[in-house]
Amino acid sequence: MTTARMREKIAFFVLGLITLLVVIPILMIIFYIVKNSIGSISWEFITQSPRNGMKEGGIFPAIVGTIVLIIGTMLFSLPLGVLSAVYLVEYARDNFFTRLIKLSVVNLSGIPSIVYGLFGFTLFVLFLKLGTSILAGSLTLAIMSLPVIITATKEALESVPLSFREISLSLGATKWQTVRYCVLPYAIPGILTGTVLSLSRAAGETAPILFTVAAFYLPRLPRSLFDQVMALPYHLYVISTQVPNIPVSISFATCFVLIGLVFLMNLVSIILRSHYRKKKLW
Amino acid sequence: MHRRISEYIIESLIRLSGFLVIAFVFLIFLFLLRDSLSLFKEYKIGEFLFGRNWLPISEPPKFGIVPLFLGSIYVTAGAIVICVPVGIAAAMFIAEVAPTFLKNILKSLIEILAAIPSVVLGFIGIVWLSPYLKQTMGLSTGMCGLTGSLLLAFMALPTIISISEDALVGVPRAYKEAAFGLGATRWQALWRIVLPAASPGIIAGVMLGIGRVIGETMVVMMVTGNSPVVPTSILQPLRTLTATIAGEMGETVSGSEHYFALFAVGLVLFIITFIINFIADSCLRRARK
Repeated sequence: MTTARMREKIAFFVLGLITLLVVIPILMIIFYIVKNSIGSISWEFITQSPRNGMKEGGIFPAIVGTIVLIIGTMLFSLPLGVLSAVYLVEYARDNFFTRLIKLSVVNLSGIPSIVYGLFGFTLFVLFLKLGTSILAGSLTLAIMSLPVIITATKEALESVPLSFREISLSLGATKWQTVRYCVLPYAIPGILTGTVLSLSRAAGETAPILFTVAAFYLPRLPRSLFDQVMALPYHLYVISTQVPNIPVSISFATCFVLIGLVFLMNLVSIILRSHYRKKKLW
Repeated sequence: MHRRISEYIIESLIRLSGFLVIAFVFLIFLFLLRDSLSLFKEYKIGEFLFGRNWLPISEPPKFGIVPLFLGSIYVTAGAIVICVPVGIAAAMFIAEVAPTFLKNILKSLIEILAAIPSVVLGFIGIVWLSPYLKQTMGLSTGMCGLTGSLLLAFMALPTIISISEDALVGVPRAYKEAAFGLGATRWQALWRIVLPAASPGIIAGVMLGIGRVIGETMVVMMVTGNSPVVPTSILQPLRTLTATIAGEMGETVSGSEHYFALFAVGLVLFIITFIINFIADSCLRRARK
């Protein structure tokens, strides 16, 4: 018996050590980026355009580009994702078509981001003649974000009690009225959380925007949906691998801003989740 | 009457959205297939699949996918060897050993890791990990398969840990209680009862993690050295399927053989991840039963 107890102690200790092995690098990376960038982050860096072949100045166009892409992605993926989840949960019967949709969602979530890039390039840039543009990039990112939004919305809809629907239907409401007034309002927290999370992923993606929207160096703001834009992740890639002799402090500062943006979005999603969980009515 | 019409419209939209999701997968497949077939009109499919040289700008060009495929396999295998045992062990610790407050901290840290964009990890690989490996292991270059494997293993951990942890927590309490009743320690119950019972879910998590590793582009493009030769060791520079597409697409003329060859590489990637996700999904469904 004592050997069994000893073995348990040793095993749990080893498991703990391995977990530490996962956790420490995460903290080290964050610390390393913050330490190396904190000196170069300034108001000018965030609000000015790059100068002198990106060796000086700021990253304002890239920040704006990424925010524009996030908004564009949301405009396409949110309605489409929510409606298809509504179809799956509220309308679909268990038939071949429904199973095909579910399989498609699983597959979309597994397709490599670079394949989305290729697809966006042939379909949106060339076939639909949108050109390398905000529109093409947002559409590509939107399709990539769909699976997360659909899955989150599905879970949110499924967690609304069945009795809500039964009461609404028994009072003579139609199917859509029931969904619109008695189900969707209670699913909004889950939908928002999932959406913000998927958008934060989209904001950090580089591969899908490589050939669909990202501009190597474009120190001005976009004027229309058919313009190219700079984007933070692509900018970081460019200055750390494609252009020689960029001061490493600029790369670190760009890294910091990108991570800051992504973490901020994650934080918003966490706050939304806990805020609504407190107000949960059932 | 007005209400009927608007109701009809909105319900049609809902159905249309469901249909579009299927349509996207088909469209992605069709567009990749269309451009790949354009390559195979002029270039033999056998030479594409089994050719050992990827020389897209030589005369005549050679589009043998073997070096790229092996590059992906080497990097992925290296990542799996690291992240599968580490991920499962961490999941076991979080699910069964850690007290609640520690569990919450660990879970948030894993979420933070999941949120870090891949290009950031690639950057860390360039400025820190690859010089470090070069120095400590005495390599001729730090831009090699191993650097990619380490970073990819790190990237796959959140997927593996969170899905495995769900699977472990989802095992019915009665299983553990029965084991305790027979005098098992917590470790014996975890190792012999809970872990096997959770295995379908854990396998699904591992498969999804592998899918993520194979499909990852930016990290491998930035740190593995971009050398499309048949690799013999994980310590030498190599090039994966994904990095080839990302690195060469910008230089090709659309409609050229090289351009179509990159779509054929994309199609191969699509098929690989399709199979992996299909297996993962059927494991998850079995786990839920």
